[in-house]
Amino acid sequence: MAAALLAGKVSLLPPSHTPEVLRHLRAFAPEVFCLTDSPECDLDLPQVRFPPASAPQRPWRVPDLAPDTLVAYGFTSGTTGAPLAHPKTWGPLVRCVRAGAERLELAAGTALLATVPAQHMYGFESSVLLPLLSGTALAAERPFYPADIVHALAALPRPRALITTPIHLRALLAAPGLLPAADRIVSATAPLDAPLAREAEARFGAPLIEIYGSTETGQLATRRTALERDWQLWPDITLTCEAGRTWARGGHLEQPTELCDEIEILPESRFHLHGRLADLVNIAGKRSSLAYLTHQLLAIEGVRDGVFFFPRHSPGGETGVTRLAAAVVAPGLDAAGVLAALRRRIDPVFLPRPLLLVDRLPRNSTGKLPQEALRALAEPAPRASA
Amino acid sequence: MPMSELAPTLPPALETGNVLEGELAELIVAALNLEVPAGQIDPAAPLYGEGLGLDSIDILEIALVVSKHYGVQLRADDAADTQIFRSLRHLAAYVAAHRTN
Repeated sequence: MAAALLAGKVSLLPPSHTPEVLRHLRAFAPEVFCLTDSPECDLDLPQVRFPPASAPQRPWRVPDLAPDTLVAYGFTSGTTGAPLAHPKTWGPLVRCVRAGAERLELAAGTALLATVPAQHMYGFESSVLLPLLSGTALAAERPFYPADIVHALAALPRPRALITTPIHLRALLAAPGLLPAADRIVSATAPLDAPLAREAEARFGAPLIEIYGSTETGQLATRRTALERDWQLWPDITLTCEAGRTWARGGHLEQPTELCDEIEILPESRFHLHGRLADLVNIAGKRSSLAYLTHQLLAIEGVRDGVFFFPRHSPGGETGVTRLAAAVVAPGLDAAGVLAALRRRIDPVFLPRPLLLVDRLPRNSTGKLPQEALRALAEPAPRASA
Repeated sequence: MPMSELAPTLPPALETGNVLEGELAELIVAALNLEVPAGQIDPAAPLYGEGLGLDSIDILEIALVVSKHYGVQLRADDAADTQIFRSLRHLAAYVAAHRTN
């Protein structure tokens, strides 16, 4: 990342690496290449290995970058085909991350352990830019299993902080055994509930700070979830409600930006978050929309009609993740065939569970698909044989 | 070298592993709310990606189930070395070798 900055290269932050996403990346940036330190990387892009065999080892001066340097593109899924690219310049990124660092109140020299990928906007801000800009250090590991997170965190010197998500927090709290003491826990990608935040604070012995942000806006607000429901905006950011939609402006934002959540604006730079707008999907920090996913489903050869929807029941398991459902009319295909085609187009977290093969969709007289009729499809109906 | 060429040979403990395979299949179907009946999971088919179609969130759920039921704490190094999620059979073999309850 730092090398790309100095070489004048722009980092792309794709939401996933499905063949469809890579195809769009190549169309978006024909000279794209993959810089990797993994000998097993099999992405279908030109590859540059890091570190090169000839890398010199010597101290170097921290460089200055012009504030208008284009550093990266974040991507969100549009409502149809192509992902939307959001350019990120150095000055606003720095301003945003520094505002966040003040909220986190990390002691100088804090060691950070991140369980989030650096190409996710939250991971980019809180695990790449935060250590570069706040005098903290990032541990090289990005652990996945609870036992690995516990081990990696315990191995870090104090003060130490865990940069994580609700999914990993739930998994850590559900896993047997003691959790190592920490000095800060940071969570983002989906809202936590207060009881879970209190349990996490008690078991790690540390304040848990939740961050609110998006790929379009970067980070905008924090809250101490165990103690408060309101979110507190960065000092220079203001929210306004226009025609039922919430817009953020000021601070590091170069233009007013519409937020994708239902928000109740409160006095003193505070707000309540009531959830996402109806069509939007957020699973494990990956965002999409029912419209986009449905578009991808309909683009599969042999699919005549189809739709993604939120099922009524959301079991969630230990990680609390809710999956989507889909219904499809595809006479010549079976479920495995549709899933295999979808897998090439969308991130696996959005793959429907269940995928229902039907003779026709329950369209009403105006051709619309009422949520209730779709959910009724997904109810466990009596079947001839299970 | 493709990952498949690194596949380890299965330990002999697996001769008695069919009961455990069935038990794990039941636990996985229940934990992940899968539609496929446990008895229809091919013990030799991949769990990840194609095959049963699980993703990383599911793998995390399975790690929790396995730690709760068998006292086996999955670690990334072990998972990579033994390719635990290569199939139900590999997972059962790993659990059989490391279970504490």
